[in-house]
Amino acid sequence: MLQSILFLLLLIAAFGLFAWQVRKIRANVLVGRDRDMSGHPAERLRKVILVAFGQQKMFKRLTPALLHLVVYVGFLVINIEVVEIIIDGLFHTHRVLSFLGPVYDALMAVNEILGALVIIAVAAFWWRRNRKPPVQRFTGVELRMWPKLDANVILYIEVALMVALFFMNTSDLKLHQMEGVELPGAFPISSLLVGLLPDNVTVLHTLERLGWWLHIIGILLFLNYLPSSKHFHIIISFPNVWFSRLTPLGQFSNVDSITHEVKAMMDPSYEVPAPVTNPDGTAVAPTSFGAKDVEDLPWTSLLNAYSCTECGRCTSVCPANLTGKLLSPRKIIMDTRDRMEEKYNSPLIFHPNVYGEEAKHEPITDLANATLLRGKVTPEELWACTTCNACVESCPVNINPLESIVEMRRFLVLEESAAPNSLNVMFSNIENNGAPWAFSPSDRFNWADELFVAEKASVA
Amino acid sequence: MTPETPTKRQITVPMMADLAARDEAPEILFWVGCAGAFDDRYKRVTRAFVRILDHVGVKYAVLGLEESCTGDPAKRAGNEFLFQMQAMQNITTLNGYNIKKIVTACPHCFNTIKNEYPALGGNYEVIHHSTYLQQLINDGKVAVEGGESFKGRRITFHDSCYLGRANGIYEAPREVLAALDADLVEMKRSRANGLCCGAGGAQMWKEPEPGKKDINVERAEEALATLSGRAEALDNLRGVETERAAPGPHGLQGSIIAVACPFCMTMMADGVKNKEKENEVQVFDLAELIASAEGINA
Repeated sequence: MLQSILFLLLLIAAFGLFAWQVRKIRANVLVGRDRDMSGHPAERLRKVILVAFGQQKMFKRLTPALLHLVVYVGFLVINIEVVEIIIDGLFHTHRVLSFLGPVYDALMAVNEILGALVIIAVAAFWWRRNRKPPVQRFTGVELRMWPKLDANVILYIEVALMVALFFMNTSDLKLHQMEGVELPGAFPISSLLVGLLPDNVTVLHTLERLGWWLHIIGILLFLNYLPSSKHFHIIISFPNVWFSRLTPLGQFSNVDSITHEVKAMMDPSYEVPAPVTNPDGTAVAPTSFGAKDVEDLPWTSLLNAYSCTECGRCTSVCPANLTGKLLSPRKIIMDTRDRMEEKYNSPLIFHPNVYGEEAKHEPITDLANATLLRGKVTPEELWACTTCNACVESCPVNINPLESIVEMRRFLVLEESAAPNSLNVMFSNIENNGAPWAFSPSDRFNWADELFVAEKASVA
Repeated sequence: MTPETPTKRQITVPMMADLAARDEAPEILFWVGCAGAFDDRYKRVTRAFVRILDHVGVKYAVLGLEESCTGDPAKRAGNEFLFQMQAMQNITTLNGYNIKKIVTACPHCFNTIKNEYPALGGNYEVIHHSTYLQQLINDGKVAVEGGESFKGRRITFHDSCYLGRANGIYEAPREVLAALDADLVEMKRSRANGLCCGAGGAQMWKEPEPGKKDINVERAEEALATLSGRAEALDNLRGVETERAAPGPHGLQGSIIAVACPFCMTMMADGVKNKEKENEVQVFDLAELIASAEGINA
């Protein structure tokens, strides 16, 4: 009884803390600008099934896709056992799902095999990150300090959880064998391990309980670690894929406030819609053109930041990054998350990246007032982008770094007139000549001069 | 049988204003684009495409001096105000002529008019010339014979970002090239994994940021290695972990990098020059290849 009450309190505390952290993150995402993402439920559902559940875009690279699939399926299936653990803990039962008979046998067997495969996959993941040199995309200025540690911590926790699971199963199995009672379920891995445990019923009983408690406490701790970690993607990538842009990748967002201005300029009779007012009737302060800080970005870009697994596929296909420029799309997404948590709410663990020489950053003295633009993302990064959409295409969870880049470019150009000089020349050419080059508009039709075609008249 | 007598005829490119004055409507409006109108290299593409339009006898027109930059480079660079000024001006012109269907040889113009003009009141059927050429070939209007033979020549197609990833057009240009009966080889980074030429996002008008290499050189190296079949040269390329190059090695002489975008044209040609291969490898637009194969250049 006492154990059940303790367990209930533990569950309430863990889920309560998790909910409190998720509320903070929700509030962070909602500081972003409005963007209507309603409609098209069938298409959105299709994307969630294919891209999120089905891991479709992961399979652009086979090796990591297969390794990830093992851990992902392991997570899904082993969670069924977590349901059993929770019921057992609350109602002081033992292996409550065993009434399922052969289904339970299969479930336990699959669990054990997946558990072993997860350990192998995690070891491979660890090797890919920690060997010298690691897989190229696991390097970069944004992947030092906390993000680097975080990636390994996740792997260690996953192994620890699997070890606890095997401890629990093996000791339980041996306990039953010694008592001459058959344990419901099939345990292909644990049955190989029973020899490793002592032949002492009391010790085995303690080990079984220890494994049980370590597994569930580990899971609850992991749950509360998620909001501080890139591993939060296991939850947020689903809504993030649901709220994917459904328009062609080449279609950049329209700035409606500018549309009203331009229409009013071209047609004096055009009526600009009345400005939005606060509930008390005062006018809402006009927003800036483009983005200087996180609250200037659409909320979907902020949701993107919480979905990022820092896998670096975007950066590894970025033509600018490939040729040694400062731009890394992953860094822009990670900076966005760091900045949100610096300025607004932060989860339990919070270590934002601070850049120096290696990212061509001036030392930042006033962290609180250092906006996303310049405080974290430098204009040099933004101007290196070719808007080629390779990063967007490559992201397994449909993050769009390009949109954030363009929003910050808009701020630089429209609010600060801080475009590179050559681009200002291009702008004035368009204004004056109707072409981005300095050609005379009257020469626009010269290409048609002296134009001949060979007649393919078949002469009889 | 008497051999074909090559005769040449001058084309008077029909202006939209003249058609409108005669109360006529064209089937398609050919949007030339700034590169197509001003860039010496891409003017040849414009002229090749007009020869094809003339050759198949479609009723087309151009805006001539009434055309203005779509605003694409301004928008990609963040100058939304200038973009919308340009867009509205063009939409006023196009709507004034009641234009329904637009064909363009520039993926940037294509993307902007097709995807970004509707929000500003410009709704048209917009077709890139790769799709249009594919239709002409499929309909048998262009036989792809009677001119230069490309049989057996090695051609690799460089995907334009604003045609491919931006709008999902990967097959049309490849089907056009397939009609040439050439030896088509794919670069390791192609279709959705295609590597940008380095000119998009207004990079065409500025120097690149400091780095190790120019993007067009990286891409030209890939194209040259693909054309020469040096698979081992491709192993160092990053960005894709699958697919292998065609077996080789081959000589580069007579190989072609095919493009479907004026900026890709400039960047790839410069990249080939940078590798000092311009005497062996040529960069051509789809329209030029088809016009040559059809034997309608004069």
